[in-house]
Amino acid sequence: MENLLAITIGAIYAFSFYLLLRRSLVKVILGVLLFGQGVNLLIFTAAGLTPDRGAFLKEDGSLQPPYADPLPQALILTAIVIGFGVLAFTLAMMHRLHRETGTDDLDELRSDEFDDPDKPAP
Amino acid sequence: MAASLFIVFLASAISPLLVYFLRTRASYFLALVPLSIFVLYLHYLQRLHDGSPLLETIHWIQSFGVHLQFRLDGLALLFLLLIAGIGTLIVLYAGSYLAGHPHLGRFYAILFLFMGAMLGLVASENLIALFVFWELTSLSSYLLVGFDYRKKEARAAALQALLVTFTGGQALLVAFLILASLTDSFSFTQILEKKIQIQQNPSYIILVLLVLTGAFTKSAQTPFHFWLPGAMAAPTPVSAYLHSATMVTAGVFLLARLTPLLGGTHLWAWSLTSFGLLTMLTGSILAIGQTDLKRLLAYTTVAALGTMTMLLGLGTPLAAKAAIAFLLVHSLYKGALFMVAGAVDHETHTRDVRDLGGLIRHMPITAIASGLAALAMCGVPPVLGFISKELIYEAKLEFGQIGWFFAILGVIANALVVAVALIVGIRPFLGFPLHTPKHPHEAPFPLWFGPLILALLGLLFGIVPPLVEQTIIKPAVVAVVGDTIKVKLSLWHGFTPMLVLSFVTLLLGFCFFRMREKFRLARETLTPLRYYGPESLYSCIINHWLPSIASLQTRILQHGYLRYYVLSIIAAAALAVAAGLSRISLPGTWFTWRSFEWWEVLLCAAIFLAGFAAILTSGRITSVVLLGIIGYTISLIFALYGAPDLALTQFLVETLTLILLVLVLYRLPKAKSLSSKASRLRDALLSLAFGFAITLLVLKSLYIPHDTKLPDFFVQNSPIAQGRNVVNVILVDFRALDTLGEITVLGISAVGVWAVLSFIRKKSSSASASQKNSSPASFEQ
Repeated sequence: MENLLAITIGAIYAFSFYLLLRRSLVKVILGVLLFGQGVNLLIFTAAGLTPDRGAFLKEDGSLQPPYADPLPQALILTAIVIGFGVLAFTLAMMHRLHRETGTDDLDELRSDEFDDPDKPAP
Repeated sequence: MAASLFIVFLASAISPLLVYFLRTRASYFLALVPLSIFVLYLHYLQRLHDGSPLLETIHWIQSFGVHLQFRLDGLALLFLLLIAGIGTLIVLYAGSYLAGHPHLGRFYAILFLFMGAMLGLVASENLIALFVFWELTSLSSYLLVGFDYRKKEARAAALQALLVTFTGGQALLVAFLILASLTDSFSFTQILEKKIQIQQNPSYIILVLLVLTGAFTKSAQTPFHFWLPGAMAAPTPVSAYLHSATMVTAGVFLLARLTPLLGGTHLWAWSLTSFGLLTMLTGSILAIGQTDLKRLLAYTTVAALGTMTMLLGLGTPLAAKAAIAFLLVHSLYKGALFMVAGAVDHETHTRDVRDLGGLIRHMPITAIASGLAALAMCGVPPVLGFISKELIYEAKLEFGQIGWFFAILGVIANALVVAVALIVGIRPFLGFPLHTPKHPHEAPFPLWFGPLILALLGLLFGIVPPLVEQTIIKPAVVAVVGDTIKVKLSLWHGFTPMLVLSFVTLLLGFCFFRMREKFRLARETLTPLRYYGPESLYSCIINHWLPSIASLQTRILQHGYLRYYVLSIIAAAALAVAAGLSRISLPGTWFTWRSFEWWEVLLCAAIFLAGFAAILTSGRITSVVLLGIIGYTISLIFALYGAPDLALTQFLVETLTLILLVLVLYRLPKAKSLSSKASRLRDALLSLAFGFAITLLVLKSLYIPHDTKLPDFFVQNSPIAQGRNVVNVILVDFRALDTLGEITVLGISAVGVWAVLSFIRKKSSSASASQKNSSPASFEQ
């Protein structure tokens, strides 16, 4: 399963990177969201998968290996929650931005201070 | 040493307050600070008789071997006495010169900052500390040159001085780091022990070039000489203190300090000698045609610094003795003459030598001080300047034929300096009184006291040389040359070649003085040559190259397209990862379909299909739903592979995210297709490459053996925290502070969301109120 997941993670990264490179701000935000998912899954997989085994101690406080590595899990748990906080704030900003400018095209939002007028955006 | 530094920096801090309460009288109290330091180090002189330096250490950044270490040897003490002694007179002088100036307090604050930096610089044993003090002197010089910040020229001159000296400072830092990497130490004494090792290292050449850049920029050696005359925009006390007696000699100090370490090679000797001679000639030739008192003096300072550099390059004990003696003489007479120039400017409101004459009737005491200092500058017996000039010629003549060549160049340069001394120090006081913008009177006591003391000291030391030869000059020469030598100064050597040269110098100087009008005319005709000088290169760099490079790199790096920022960040990261991964190889049979369960394939397929559809669809809600599918699938994966906590959290957060996304995106119009086909294809290829790199990363990471130290620790210690769910124990016990941080982030984010949205509500309610009056539905456009 690890190898299959490795390919899947690569795919998630590829999708999110593609979204990050779009001109539409909404797509960029979705890309960030997907990127976070990919990172979480990457940390989870790289730590090694342990099917049906968590990291729970028995009644007497002992635990025989193999067990799931608890540290990456703790990291991911934090990452999921923080990711949500960041997303909420980003969405609020995006909402506001749309109210102010009426567009979500990043090229339209760009400041033209250093623009070369002869050269169109690539 | 540390105590005296502390007192000076304390004086810097409280001087604005003192000036605020006491006005000009504050200068008398403030002058006590350098005076007490001067007296303290006079006492130290006696302790130096055995020749070994006194060391003092205060630990600073222990882990990097950076300490505040002070080394009091003869060289340091000579400079300390000059800085503190002349500093005392300057503090008094400035109080009167800038009396009533609204920023006198600020002036003293910077002046004391400089004084502390300079004291620390010359006494530093640790190279890093030396560098810090070195840069601090440049910085305070910048503030003092730009003191009259409303004048554009002052600001430009300050910036020029700062940039030139900071360039050298950076070179010096690199040199010190090279030294430290060669010897594993920042301490000068320890580095000195490995002298041979350093001189045989291939990086010795680079080291010397870097040190020379540092010293030459600071001491205004050609081709960096141009900043010094510009720095005359500073108030005169600053010119007298920083730009003649102390700061500019810091470069010479550095060369003298490093001569025992880097000296003794052809590279060192020839570069110092040739640049020194070049600077000496440049300074004296450029000086003679000037008409402004301060600029005349500034160019001769350049010439004097060149002479010192050249003498250090010659490298013999005699040359070192001549250099040290000349340094002392120059500080005394140049400080005095600058203060005289300031006093004349103060009393007549002009600094143009063509407008000055007969001032001895109105300013007799200033005239005496000026005359004595000018005699020292000319090198007329019995002033100490005469002895030092004889020494310089003697040191040159030691070298035979080439020595005579040096001596003849020296005679020309010195004769020009003699002419300048007559123009600046004697001529304005003799002849017919000329009409000046202000009718002159004798300057107030602090304005003539300083120059008179310095000029009299020059005379006293000349008549009674034993006062300085064994006490000050000898220890300093020993510190430069490295072993004990005989130092004997006397006015009369008998009829020697040196005496002839001195006489010729004076004669030639007087001729040059008579020809001064011709030199001025020549300067005016030759002015267009400036266009080919180093200063125009400087202004070209500052005004043309720098702005164009800056705008070019701004256009390249700060183009304003988010996706290219993302692209460059991720490409750089991916390349770094790929480079690191190439060392790990995969086993040949890493992938077989049979090793997977059917539901595993199903889960991954779901992610694939949903992701693929999400990037193709143009409907926003559709893509949100598709992303939701991915999120829930990941949550399932967590659940299946031993992470129920993660599954639960992911499930809840995914649900919340979906709701939020739908709420916000529901109102937005349908996405248009914005990018061209070509850029889509390019992005797709880039994304594929990136995804491939990440896949490799995961695969290869699976073949690195796991370190189980951390998980074992958490599992074994969870019972102490009274918990059986190890993940939870980590979150609330072992890494509880991280969790606190996480909660804080959420709190801040919530406040942020509230602020952003509530602002909209207010704005839209006021907007809808105004819409009633004007055209409706402007938002929908």
